[in-house]
Amino acid sequence: MKGYKKYYFNKIIWYVLTLIVAVMLNFLLPRLMPGNPVSAIAERASNGMTDQTAVQKVYEEYVKTFGIDKPLYVQFFQFVINLFKGDLGVSFTYYPRTVSDILAKSVWWTVCLQLPAILVGWFLGNLLGAVAAYIKGVWDKAILPAFLFLSNMPAFGMAILLLFFFGVYLKWFPTSLGYGYDLNPNMSLQFVGSVIYHYQLPFWSIVLITIGGQAIGMRSMSIYELNADYVKYSRFLGIKDRKVVKYVFRNAMLPQITGLALSLGTMVGGALVAEIIFSYPGLGTTLLAAITGRDYPLISGCTLIITIMVLIANLAVEILYGFIDPRVKAAQQE
Amino acid sequence: MKNMIKQVFHSPKFVIGFVIFMFMLLTIIFYPLFVTADPLDMIGGLFNKPGTYLSVKDVVQADEYDLKINTVSANLNFISNEDRQNMADWLTRFGNVKKSEINISDVAALVKLWNKNYNSNADQTGLLAAEKQQYIRLNDKINKLTSSADVYIATKNNEGELESNSPLDSQAFVNTKDILNKKTFILGTDNFGRDVLTELVAAMGTSLKIGLVAGTTATLIGLILGLLSGYVGGTLDDFIMFITNIFTVIPSFILLVLISFSVGESARGVMLTASIIGITSWPWTTRSVRSQVISLRNRDHVNLSKLSGHSLPRIILTDILPYVASYVVMAFILQISSGILSEAQLSMLGLGPATTKVSTLGLMMNWAMAYKAPLSGAWWAFLPVILAITLISFSLNLMNTGLDQVFNPQLRD
Repeated sequence: MKGYKKYYFNKIIWYVLTLIVAVMLNFLLPRLMPGNPVSAIAERASNGMTDQTAVQKVYEEYVKTFGIDKPLYVQFFQFVINLFKGDLGVSFTYYPRTVSDILAKSVWWTVCLQLPAILVGWFLGNLLGAVAAYIKGVWDKAILPAFLFLSNMPAFGMAILLLFFFGVYLKWFPTSLGYGYDLNPNMSLQFVGSVIYHYQLPFWSIVLITIGGQAIGMRSMSIYELNADYVKYSRFLGIKDRKVVKYVFRNAMLPQITGLALSLGTMVGGALVAEIIFSYPGLGTTLLAAITGRDYPLISGCTLIITIMVLIANLAVEILYGFIDPRVKAAQQE
Repeated sequence: MKNMIKQVFHSPKFVIGFVIFMFMLLTIIFYPLFVTADPLDMIGGLFNKPGTYLSVKDVVQADEYDLKINTVSANLNFISNEDRQNMADWLTRFGNVKKSEINISDVAALVKLWNKNYNSNADQTGLLAAEKQQYIRLNDKINKLTSSADVYIATKNNEGELESNSPLDSQAFVNTKDILNKKTFILGTDNFGRDVLTELVAAMGTSLKIGLVAGTTATLIGLILGLLSGYVGGTLDDFIMFITNIFTVIPSFILLVLISFSVGESARGVMLTASIIGITSWPWTTRSVRSQVISLRNRDHVNLSKLSGHSLPRIILTDILPYVASYVVMAFILQISSGILSEAQLSMLGLGPATTKVSTLGLMMNWAMAYKAPLSGAWWAFLPVILAITLISFSLNLMNTGLDQVFNPQLRD
C-alpha cells in the first residue's frame, strides 16, 4: 500500500506542476503577443460601452485587480493571488457580473453534459469495437467503415446534422438552449423535464462522435490481443472461450483507458464547439460570447477553467488506471 | 522502395482513401479551369435554393411553344403538405367544414373547398394578425397556382403608352436552351449570395493548404524533438519529455484559442492560423517518434556507425531517420486532417482567419451558422461543407490505416 501512496503522490505532484505551467501560459500568452489585449484595455473600455460610469468602474476595477502598470512578475503574483480568491475580474460584455459568477453558472451545464456523454460514448464504443473484433465477418465489414466515417466527422458537424434532422425537419426536439425560454431554473418537475428534453440532441451528438473513435481503437486492440500467443495457448489448454475473451478484453481495455486520457483534451474542445450549435448554456457558448465581445477577462476565465477540468479528468483516469493495470499493481507490491 | 509502394497499393483501405482524396484534389485543381468566376462573387441573394435561375425578361421574349399539358392540376401538387395542413386547419376552425370532409391527400378537392369557403373577412377569433396575413398570402398563392387566366406583358410604344401584343396563356412554354441569361447554382447560394459549389471547391483548397502548413510545422517540430529526445537521451530527454507531457495534457484547443485571440484580428491571416495550429499540435508526434527512436538506438547498425566515428547529425540522418520515416509519414497524414478540423473549430468560435479575400471550410461553416442556415432550412449552405470536412479527414485516415497495416503486419486482420 505504501507503494501506491508514492505512485499517486508522484502523479499529483506532476499534475500540480502542469497546472502551474497552464496558469502561467494563461497569464503570459495574451501579454506577450503584439496587440496586447491587456494594455488595449483602456481603449476597449472607452469604446465598447456606452454607460460612462460603467466604463470608469470597469477600468478602475481592472487596474486594481490586474495592476497593469506594474512589472510583469508583480502582475503574475497578483493574478495568482486573485485566482486563489476566486476573483477573475469583471466581464465586459455582462457588466457588472463577475467572471467567476458567470463561470460558476455555466460550468455545471458543461460538466453535466460532457462527462456523461463522453463516458457513455466511451463505454458503447468499446463494447461495439470489441464485439466487431470478436464476431468479425459481415458485421465487422459493414460497421468498421461506418465507425471510421463517424469518427472523422467533426463534433459540430454531428451536432448540426442532429439539429437539422431531429430539430428542424422532424421537430422532435428543441433546437437551442438548455431549458425552455419561458422557465426559470428551479427544482420543479416541469423544469427538470424541460432540461432533459433539451439535453437529448447535444448529448447524443457527443456520444455518437465518441463512439466512432473508441470503437475503432478497441477493435484493432482486440484483434491484436485475440491473435496473441497467450490466447492460442489458452485455447490449446482447453480453457473456455468465454473466459479467454474476458482476459482479451481486459488487456485490450488498458490502452483504451490511456487513450481516453490522451484524447480527452481534443474531445472536450470538440464538444465545446458542439455546445455552441445548440446555444447550450455551458462554457462553449460562454466562450463564444466572450470572443465575440472581445471580453478578455471572460476568455481567460473560460480557458483556465476548461484546462483545470481536463487536468482533473486526466488525473482521475490515471488514478483509475493505477487500480486496474496489473503491471502498476505488481510494481507497487514489491 | 518500389516494392513498398506496390505493397501499399495492395491495401484496399489505402486505395479507397487514396481514390477519394485524389478525386477531391483533382476537383480542386480542375474545377477553377472550367468555372472561372471568382468564388467570392456575391451574385445571388440570401440562401437562394439550388437550381437554375432564368432571366424573366428572356423568358418573356423567348420563342413560345404550345404544349398540351394541363398546368393547373400539375401546379396543385406543388402545394406543400404544410400549406395543405394550414388550409385544413382554417377550414375546420372558421370555414364551417367538418373534419371528415377534408382529405389532405386530395389536393384538387381541398382547393375546391378552400376557394368556396375561404374569406379573409370571416370571423377569425383567436388568430394573431400575423397569422391572418399568412392565410391571405396562402390564398394569393393558391389563386395564382390555380388561375388559368391569361397574363399580359406590356412594353412602351413610341408614344410612351403601354401596349401588349398577345397574352401569355397557360399552355405556352419556352425552351431553356433559347434563354441566354441563366445561372445554375448546383448547391444554391450562401448568406452573401455566393455560389456555394464554387466557394466550397475554393475553400477545400485553402483548407488543405492550411492542413498542409499546420501538418508540416507540427511534424517538423515533433520529428526534431522526438529524434533529439530519443537518440541523445539523458537530461535533454527528460526535459523534452517534461515539456511534451505538459503540452499533451493541456488541451491544444485552449492554447489555440489563447494564441489566436492574442495575436489579434488584424494579424490573423490564413497562413498565421495554419502556423498557430502547427505549433500547438506537435506533442503527439514527438511522443511516437521518440518511442520509435529509443527502440532503434541500440541496434547494431547504429552502434557500428557510432564506432566508425560518424557525427551525430549523420547518424540521425542516415541510420535513424529512414527507419522512422514510415511513422513520420503516417503522423504527417493525421496532422493534416487534424489541422483542417482545428481550423474549422477555431472558425466556428470566431477565431479563424480574419479575411474576406479567401474562404475556408471553417469560415463557410461559421457564416452559415451565424445566419442560422439550419433553422431556415438552407441545408445546402452547411451539409456540403460538413461532408467535405468529413470526407477529407476520412480519406486521409483511411490511407493512414492502410499504411499502418502494411508497416505493422501484426495489425493485419
